[in-house]
Amino acid sequence: MIYWQLFLAFFISGMLGYGGGPATIPLVENEVVGTYGWMDTQEFSEVVAIGNSLPGPIATKMAASIGYSEGGILGAFVAIFATVAPSLFLMIGLMAVLMKYKDHPKVKSITKLIRPIIAILLVFMTVQFVETSVEGVGILFTGIIALASYLMLQKWNWHPAFVIMIALAFGAVTGIEW
Amino acid sequence: MKDNNIPLGGGKTPGLGKWKLQKDLFTAFCRVGLLGFGGGPAAIPIFHQEVVRNYKWMDEDEFGDTLALANTMPGPIATKLAGYIGYKVGGKLGCLNAILACVLPTSLMMIVLIGILQKYKDISWVKNMSASVVPVVAVMLGILSWDFIKKSGDTLGWKKALTMLVAAGLLMEALNIHPAIIIVVVLIFIFFPIRRRGKKA
Repeated sequence: MIYWQLFLAFFISGMLGYGGGPATIPLVENEVVGTYGWMDTQEFSEVVAIGNSLPGPIATKMAASIGYSEGGILGAFVAIFATVAPSLFLMIGLMAVLMKYKDHPKVKSITKLIRPIIAILLVFMTVQFVETSVEGVGILFTGIIALASYLMLQKWNWHPAFVIMIALAFGAVTGIEW
Repeated sequence: MKDNNIPLGGGKTPGLGKWKLQKDLFTAFCRVGLLGFGGGPAAIPIFHQEVVRNYKWMDEDEFGDTLALANTMPGPIATKLAGYIGYKVGGKLGCLNAILACVLPTSLMMIVLIGILQKYKDISWVKNMSASVVPVVAVMLGILSWDFIKKSGDTLGWKKALTMLVAAGLLMEALNIHPAIIIVVVLIFIFFPIRRRGKKA
């Protein structure tokens, strides 16, 4: 049962995420936190944070860790398979046909028209993460960490892994019970 | 024209060459997986480096076409590229090999790190550690949202992009419609010819 649910969750996210792995993040969240309640926002943010600080495709990293925590090794394989296989089969199978129509305006407009939907999903998710953060570390720390990480990521172009590590260190130090 | 020297499904190549090819595929896509920070899309230049420059499995044009098509399909881009290129140069074994090389190392790292965090999550400073990561992720998602919004505006025009953003937002938040349904409806709309003729995009 859990394997079937894992398959469905990652199959749906994989098949609807136009725009690569990052586009599947809000869809995965929708299934994992919303539909099945396997994780709360806090736990899911750990997955995204660690996923973002490690190299490699983000979608399969999410699938691996969520699949593993819900269904062990087999769960991880089911989730990765559901993420990777359908779109890959589609691509290999349709490559010949697609080559012919790749310049067709309709084919070109798929990603363009799906993008705003993913964008608004990402906005909702951002808001939800801010709310969770205010509940977790309070409004002051949320503001400080958010501002600092924005500057590091956008203004100074620091590596995400580095920024996450600083946040972890900051949290560890401020969380010690003296 | 396209370079047709590379046999489709190279599994027919006899003897040592076959294993050499599989080893090359594994090395190439393992490097792609381990060096691409920022998810699949960030790894595209590394794909190009390995596939076109280093191993010459594809020429520039063919890689460009493959990338363009992979972008019109749903799902993670890195595994579509690795799987397709692996299949094209090394057959079914090549496909599986390329995917595993690209996905497995970082998946294992991920499982181990999450496991460590979960194990010690009841200690107060560890708890605060993971709580402090939430605002960072919020900022990362905010930046990603803005990328998607900006790109929507650039490709669709701001008026159309904002209309779609607001419409999708209302459908999802106010009416609680699953995003899957909205995406499928948009796909149908794109390929439904009658509707299209009346409304010039």
